[in-house]
Amino acid sequence: MSLISRGFGRREQRRDERLPPGQYDAGDLFPVLSAGPTPRTSLSEWDLTLQGEVDGLRRWTWEEFRDLPREAVSVDIHCVTKWSKFDTRWEGVAVDTLLAGVRTEASYVVAFCDGGYTTNLPLADVTDGRAWVVDTYDGQPLAPEHGGPVRLLVPHLYFWKSAKWLRGFALSRFDEPGFWETFGYHERGDPWLEQRYSGD
Amino acid sequence: MARAAVQRRLTWLRATVLENRPETARVHRLLLDVPGWPGHLPGQHVDLRLTAEDGYTAQRSYSVASAPEDPRLHLLVERAEGGEVSPYLTDELRPGDQLELRGPIGGYFVWSSAVDRGGGRPEGRRPVQLVAGGVGVAPFLAMLDHHRRTGGATAVRLLYSARTLQDVLARDVLGSWTTITLTRGAPADWRGLTGRIDRRVLEAQTFAPTTRPRVFACGPTSFVETVATTLVDLGHDPSSIRLERFGGSGDRS
Repeated sequence: MSLISRGFGRREQRRDERLPPGQYDAGDLFPVLSAGPTPRTSLSEWDLTLQGEVDGLRRWTWEEFRDLPREAVSVDIHCVTKWSKFDTRWEGVAVDTLLAGVRTEASYVVAFCDGGYTTNLPLADVTDGRAWVVDTYDGQPLAPEHGGPVRLLVPHLYFWKSAKWLRGFALSRFDEPGFWETFGYHERGDPWLEQRYSGD
Repeated sequence: MARAAVQRRLTWLRATVLENRPETARVHRLLLDVPGWPGHLPGQHVDLRLTAEDGYTAQRSYSVASAPEDPRLHLLVERAEGGEVSPYLTDELRPGDQLELRGPIGGYFVWSSAVDRGGGRPEGRRPVQLVAGGVGVAPFLAMLDHHRRTGGATAVRLLYSARTLQDVLARDVLGSWTTITLTRGAPADWRGLTGRIDRRVLEAQTFAPTTRPRVFACGPTSFVETVATTLVDLGHDPSSIRLERFGGSGDRS
């Protein structure tokens, strides 16, 4: 039973049904959160790789990545720091497209990034049309502070799973905690189940 | 710094408000008694949860602004006009009221004197450079007060950007290791710095990259982004720079 906060009340009379529990609408704002400085990798040095439990490494240069079949998505996103943002528009490549033809025994992936950030996900959370590697936000190239040149987009999980400055995926049969997961954040992070921290 | 795996479950605790006092025109200090508080590292934060009579709840995160050695938990709350949570906390909350809270949360943006000892590791005594914008000084107050209480040997400096002298928080904790710059006007007899923190100020007022400091920066998003980028340009190792942003909620929580 929650403690009632004397004199506290909601500001909006109707709660938006798109808001998961404990979240609020950030409106036009797009807050930036990251643990370290924004990395700057030139596109000539950039690549994206699939490694680990795969039948051979896959690697795409920037040009090769840009030539892959693209999708445009409009989704709601939810940050564990409590803000949500509706109808965000992205373009990029479905993770399904990257995994097409890959034979693997893996059940998990670790997304790894410039700057050393990692996050872990069940493979099932990034396949079947549920995740993208995006390079465009709201019609513009993805800004470095928002994860450019590319970030992962997994809108059905808290946004720390949508790793910025993505450089690839390591597939594995085992679940290994990523950066924030090591510090006590939830292994999966479903906003509708309010899985913010370990044990939630 | 060793990664402390914090895997125990975070449960909601009931905090009692001991004091709610204005610290500046816009920032209040909440002093909380939290039975069952498991202790924290300087730099960690808590989640507060408010519940309305109709069951509606709102949650926000606040850095702990007090040292682990202080039996009371201090939070600094900046009042955001039109916000749902912060005006309630600053204007409505009275001593004796209860709040739900859980934590401590976060294990990356932390520093404590225990890092100094570090089993004789050579990196144990790296200097610590703190850079704060506005109420972003909150986690550093926990670090500085902890540092003072434990008499640590680590060299620590804080570069602190505030709007005016009246906006400077917690002067009793800042001490001689703090350099303040005022961005929106200074008194006639002000002998400190004025203007925003830029490359020149960072070069002159922070530990040089050659001393391999651990750097922590906290403040509004644009402030932190600028400081971090400039420090990297000056030659600091990106992996030595840790960031925390206030107003990540868009300055209106």
